[in-house]
Amino acid sequence: MNALTYESPGSLDEAVKLLAAAKGNAKVLAGGTDLLVQLRMGMIKPAMIIDIKKIPELTAINEENGGYRVGASVSGAVLGEHDGMKAAWPGVVEAFELIGSTQIQGRASMGGNLCNGSPAADAVPAMIAADAVCTIAGPNGRREAKVEDIVTGPGQTSLANGEIVVDFLFPARPARSGDAYLRFIPRTEMDIAVVGAGISLTLDDAGVCTDARVALGAVAPTQLLLQDGAAALIGSKLDGAAMEKLDAAARAACRPITDKRGTIEYRIKVAGVLARRAAKIAQQRAEG
Amino acid sequence: MAKIHVTTTINGEPVEFLCEPQQTMLDVLRDELRLTGSKEGCATGDCGACSVTVGDRLVCSCLMLGAEAEGQEIETIEGMADGDTLHPLQQKFLEEAALQCGICTPGVLIAAKALLAKNPDPSESEVRYWLAGNLCRCTGYDKIIRAVMDCAADMRGA
Repeated sequence: MNALTYESPGSLDEAVKLLAAAKGNAKVLAGGTDLLVQLRMGMIKPAMIIDIKKIPELTAINEENGGYRVGASVSGAVLGEHDGMKAAWPGVVEAFELIGSTQIQGRASMGGNLCNGSPAADAVPAMIAADAVCTIAGPNGRREAKVEDIVTGPGQTSLANGEIVVDFLFPARPARSGDAYLRFIPRTEMDIAVVGAGISLTLDDAGVCTDARVALGAVAPTQLLLQDGAAALIGSKLDGAAMEKLDAAARAACRPITDKRGTIEYRIKVAGVLARRAAKIAQQRAEG
Repeated sequence: MAKIHVTTTINGEPVEFLCEPQQTMLDVLRDELRLTGSKEGCATGDCGACSVTVGDRLVCSCLMLGAEAEGQEIETIEGMADGDTLHPLQQKFLEEAALQCGICTPGVLIAAKALLAKNPDPSESEVRYWLAGNLCRCTGYDKIIRAVMDCAADMRGA
């Protein structure tokens, strides 16, 4: 008989204490769509499961200085009904909503998608492109970190013992900004990304890109933030030459593996294509 | 190992049960409460046969712990008919033969009901995407989709 215990603390302090005291033998439960599968498969054998959904700030979405703070355990179904987030960050919402079925959307969380550490996590490139910052609570108090600094490898994160991701801050957007996320899968629904591309950009009144962030998923051990990709867009009107540069930057950044979903060569090629297409969608959204 | 005492609401009725920490909601429904309408297909959240709603959200009960039911309102297939009167979706599935072996049917019905509560006039595409997490190996889906569309039309007309 395994000695698993279940805790559902009502406060973050309590959750952090439980997690820190377990010294690596506890797992945080948000939506459970990855965790319960791993538990059942015997991939993990925690002594304790800490359900964080009774902690109010982890399940809230609040407007903050024109941006939005989204609790780490907010489900895809809830985020997808939030008009403010859909208007400000449609790329983030569409990325999160691509994960799994309606049933999975009823439970899955962005905090879980990030902390599970899958290179193919759909929400993560979009959050990185959005320049989202997460709040992390731990035994030494709170700290902030950029989303791109959390995942360090497949299934690995930079979180220290006892640390929990609390929420994500999606900053206020300048006028004429847009974001988009595209992924490629061999079927139309219910699959894991072969490549994912998230892009956020801002245009000036003349349609020239003044700011951009480009992120890729499923083409390296972690999600990638492409400085060269952003540089290809900034200063351009996303014309043919800029698109060629973006495509080249995306292909150059890829360090993928070959698996049943796609070969190295295929993933590299598709990364360039998706980056270009996502940039065009983000541009259309920015132009309103 | 002490069992966890859970107080919840299932199909409108207050329910209390004891469960092990690792027991899924599906296991609790089937093994503890003998509500065996929800089926286990894959047990990994891929097939939707165990679909229930928790506070109006459609979820796979195999990906939820029984302990998480505390204070929630859960609807299962057993709560769908009103006594001997079938829900319009159940009636339509019978009339249009939208099932064969029946294993996926409780999950499909629960999912379809959740869709029509949210969107009484879904397009065929919307129905297909909404039900993409409910696998059926018998019907080829076409009759399921048609039955949901026809039922939605009837319910709008009613």
